[in-house]
Amino acid sequence: MHVTSSKPLSGNPGVALTDPAWVRWSLVGVSIAVISLFLILPLATVLIEALSKGWQAYASSLTLPDTLAAMRLTLLTAAITVPLTTVFGVSAAWAIARFDFRGKSLLTTLIDLPFSVSPVIAGLIYVLIFGAKGWFGPWLSEHDIKVIFAVPGIVLATLFVTFPFVARELIPLMQEIGHEEEEAALSLGASGWQTFFKVTLPNIKWGLLYGVLLCNARAMGEFGAVSVVSGHIRGLTNTLPLHVEVSYNEYDFVGAFASASVLASLAVLTLIFKTLLEWKQSQDRKA
Amino acid sequence: MSIQLSNITKQFGAFKALDNIHLDIPEGELVALLGPSGCGKTTLLRIIAGLEQADQGQVFLKGDNVTEQPVKNRQIGFVFQHYALFRHMTVFDNIAFGLRVKPRKQRPAETVIKQKVHDLLQLVQLDWLHDRFPDQLSGGQRQRIALARALAVEPSVLLLDEPFGALDASVRKDLRLWLRHLHHELNVTSIFVTHDQEEAMEVASQIVVLNHGKIEQKGTPSEIYDQPHSDFVSRFIGQTNVFKIEDHAHEWLKHTGIIIDEPQGIVAHVRPHNISVEKPSDPAKAPVTLRDWQHLGSLIRLELQRDDQTASPTTIYAEMPNEQFKALALNKGDRVAMRIKHAHWFN
Repeated sequence: MHVTSSKPLSGNPGVALTDPAWVRWSLVGVSIAVISLFLILPLATVLIEALSKGWQAYASSLTLPDTLAAMRLTLLTAAITVPLTTVFGVSAAWAIARFDFRGKSLLTTLIDLPFSVSPVIAGLIYVLIFGAKGWFGPWLSEHDIKVIFAVPGIVLATLFVTFPFVARELIPLMQEIGHEEEEAALSLGASGWQTFFKVTLPNIKWGLLYGVLLCNARAMGEFGAVSVVSGHIRGLTNTLPLHVEVSYNEYDFVGAFASASVLASLAVLTLIFKTLLEWKQSQDRKA
Repeated sequence: MSIQLSNITKQFGAFKALDNIHLDIPEGELVALLGPSGCGKTTLLRIIAGLEQADQGQVFLKGDNVTEQPVKNRQIGFVFQHYALFRHMTVFDNIAFGLRVKPRKQRPAETVIKQKVHDLLQLVQLDWLHDRFPDQLSGGQRQRIALARALAVEPSVLLLDEPFGALDASVRKDLRLWLRHLHHELNVTSIFVTHDQEEAMEVASQIVVLNHGKIEQKGTPSEIYDQPHSDFVSRFIGQTNVFKIEDHAHEWLKHTGIIIDEPQGIVAHVRPHNISVEKPSDPAKAPVTLRDWQHLGSLIRLELQRDDQTASPTTIYAEMPNEQFKALALNKGDRVAMRIKHAHWFN
């Protein structure tokens, strides 16, 4: 064995291979400073402002009918969009990872479209299609169906913004895992559904949950696209992020920051779940 | 006939992977599909399994036309090159999978499944691994578990794709013999794909040699080795010296006593063990120089150099038993006499 040949010439690998201490400490210091200034400080401000007039005011602003309606609408939107995005994500990932077809790379690019298009434009598109003066506007108003400035529009805009999340997470994962285990299941007599539930799903479950989690966070937090289609009708078409803006513009600082703190805690919860999932995934790989 | 293929053709874009394949495989055979990479052997195996659809032609298993049947109805056992064990299941659950996914009416009771899985684990001699996960096993162990899993559904045909391809040399040797013995025990008609001619010779009872999507030759290992039908088969199976016989080359060969018979073609293929090397009785009949030799276990391989550097081949390989080589007491650089005992002629 020529172990010696792999040693660096200086003869002291520990020092030679890493940067000097001052470089390390200043890099770490800069990162911590930036994170504190731009992430932790604002979060703390949200809480401080929300509680500036005491717990009583905080609690009562959160239980106002309009705030509760905004929370309900946010939950409803997420409850509709997340399952749809999940089903779409799994089918799209399946198609792209498993089949060869014309236009496959085009489809892969299109899935990314919502990431590159500004959410405001996404909202505008729906206004142009379904709005009073849009393509389907006259037909919709004839049949008394409301899309824009109503819940369906909010759901559609949120769908547009969130629909790549699950697919993006699953495509590389399914490509890496490959098709052989599924072929093995089929050769052993399993049906398509049995193969999916007993072989495919267990293999992709952590990636899928991760995608669903991110999708959920975005669905609840989306502002731009929803803002364009919602019409800001208090108690009816305001989601929680919109409610924060409306309250703030009306100088209801406690109310705005109280609602914001709900959203912020949602983000923190998402982060905790995400970390848990990543840890669980790495445990699974080790096992 | 256990497996019958008629007129199988498969095209990938402009590339013809399989070209009009006809093949009959009788019950109980252990067949090797042998050929260089890209010759279509794996595609053919996957078409038999139903994992791939042929563009043309029919597949019959035990007399039934299964061409339109999906893989799950074909009652085949398939062992994948990289095993494809279900990574989230234990060894036990992997083997039980095929029994547990059966429709409720045909599904055996859990106690029966348990008994069967343990019997199979004993058959592959790995009962002690039943609660492990696939990535805790060695390559050879995974291979045997994959085989047990395929056997659990009592397939009428067993198909193996490069079964030893991903294993290291010593494990491969053991598993080859083990597979052969297992086949004797179970007598399931089996086909395995390989690019290793030695492996095909050692394991199979019948070899099908494929090249460019066509069957070059089909026969027992000794038929393939002793009577190759084509230039390709002769070169692909075992080592061979290729002599291109032009007019003056023939004179040279005859004059030096290398061949005695009249040539029957323009290309002569000679196996190394069909060349005998002797001490020359007469310097004029010592046409080649002994350049080097290698030990191949019980045999010695001699490298013989021709003087004429433009001739083909310039280096001739001969093989002889160890003892015989010692008795000759040759040194590097000696001029020696050689004689071709047997050749295959092609045009």
